[in-house]
Amino acid sequence: MINYWPLLGIALVVLGFALRFNPLAVVAVAAIVTGLLGHMPFMKVLATLGHGFNENRYVSITYIVLPVIGLLERYGLQQRARALIGRMRGATAGRLLIGYLGFRQVFAALGLKDVAGHAQTVRPLVAPMTLAAAENQHGELDEDTVERVKAMSAATDNVGVFFGEDIFLAIASILLIQASLKGFGIELTPLQLSVWAIPTAICAFLIHGARLLWLDRQLKSFPDKLGEDR
Amino acid sequence: MINLHWLYVLAGAVFGSFALSSARDSTNARRWGNTAFWALLTASFWFGDFLGDIGNGVLVLALVAIAGAHLLGKGSRKSTTNDERERYSDTLGNSLFLPALVIPFTAFVGTLVFNYTPVKDTGLIDPKSVTLVLLGAGVIIALIVCYAWLRPTVLAPVEEGGRLADSIGWALVLPQMLAALGVIFAAAGVGTTIGALAGAIIPSGSVFLAVLLYAFGMVVFTMIMGNAFAAFPVMVAAIGIPILIRQDGGDAAVIGAVGMLSGFCGTLMTPMAANFNIVPAALLELKNQYGVIKAQIPTALPLLVANILILYFAAFR
Repeated sequence: MINYWPLLGIALVVLGFALRFNPLAVVAVAAIVTGLLGHMPFMKVLATLGHGFNENRYVSITYIVLPVIGLLERYGLQQRARALIGRMRGATAGRLLIGYLGFRQVFAALGLKDVAGHAQTVRPLVAPMTLAAAENQHGELDEDTVERVKAMSAATDNVGVFFGEDIFLAIASILLIQASLKGFGIELTPLQLSVWAIPTAICAFLIHGARLLWLDRQLKSFPDKLGEDR
Repeated sequence: MINLHWLYVLAGAVFGSFALSSARDSTNARRWGNTAFWALLTASFWFGDFLGDIGNGVLVLALVAIAGAHLLGKGSRKSTTNDERERYSDTLGNSLFLPALVIPFTAFVGTLVFNYTPVKDTGLIDPKSVTLVLLGAGVIIALIVCYAWLRPTVLAPVEEGGRLADSIGWALVLPQMLAALGVIFAAAGVGTTIGALAGAIIPSGSVFLAVLLYAFGMVVFTMIMGNAFAAFPVMVAAIGIPILIRQDGGDAAVIGAVGMLSGFCGTLMTPMAANFNIVPAALLELKNQYGVIKAQIPTALPLLVANILILYFAAFR
């Protein structure tokens, strides 16, 4: 007999996020409730939570770049990034982000997914450059447009890295696929799997790239409606 | 050998500097909350391996209590003003990019050198975490360059790092918390339950419907877990292997690879993937904490359709 009660933890997460309670508290409550409903004693739940948190510390390592990024911002890095793009006539927000998308996919496919990221490159460089290019095209940007251009910068980083990394042979997800299939007696090499990441990578570039060109069109031709047109 | 452990020592020092910076920030009415939060995180990075599982669990609950009771604040401390920054930007010119590029450059060139020269055999760096270790090295080099060139006050990087960290706030530990939640979900058997549910509603006779359920299952389960890695083994065991590969004779390589990539479409659409979707919203100071997700959904959905078509046509040629 399968115990369906732990699924209530999922419902708690969805509800908590939807009601916009503090996400850390939502996750902690969901973790404890799920554990208890899964017939784990409270101390076991607490230990599992602590163990899981400690084992996953590497997730938070990229924040070590913050002091350097903050210091460079103090000396005008974002302003410099804007000035550089502001002087380029042909630079548009969409083209700039398409270039970054390609760079991110190719580098991730070479196994270099940690060379760029939201803290390292998007906040200090990509977002201010894209905003400057958008201003070139559009003139002064209203608040909603600024928000949208920034969000697209972050989205482009994610799409690039997600749909580039699996082309690399030694990435964790390829190794996980290999190991999962091996458990059922299906032996595949990483290369056999990673070639099948290429069609999706191309689709991701085309779909997201088309949206970025669409962003350019909106910045250029519908200067006033951009904010509502979402 | 330089491994993750050394990086944790470095990261602990950085979080410790955030604590120091928060304690000094008299413009933040809740500065002691911030100080305690960053100090706990420092303790986790430095002493996590000695605290024991229960000790770490208590530490996690303390972090959650600080965030949940709204004891974290943001100061309005003085960095440089926009005008000063414009002036610095004009005087310093494009060289300002160099220290910022030192970090990715060190990680990039370092990884290449490590992989393609005998450096790999010296055992200096743990091969499992090369890029992250080099990222740490890049940060240290960039800091040295900044001190030598810009001559900021000694505490300037601490203040500026603390300013950014306070603006991210609790979102900074959310990815790690969600990873811990994943561990609990696994221990409580959530994965097997969902796999059993998905396996029970499988339609018989239609390959296309089975492909659809497999891909949607990956997306939905990834959105719940915030991570395609947790969803993949479950969906492969419930539908991929028994139905698509064994019963319908699909190509295992396509079903494995594109199944995972369908899950990645789910990652683009869920707040549970906090490090990709929620943290950047905080870092970029977006008003809507779900702004990045909103920007990603129109890419994720057509891409999911593409993945389903690739699965159907390439796996069942």
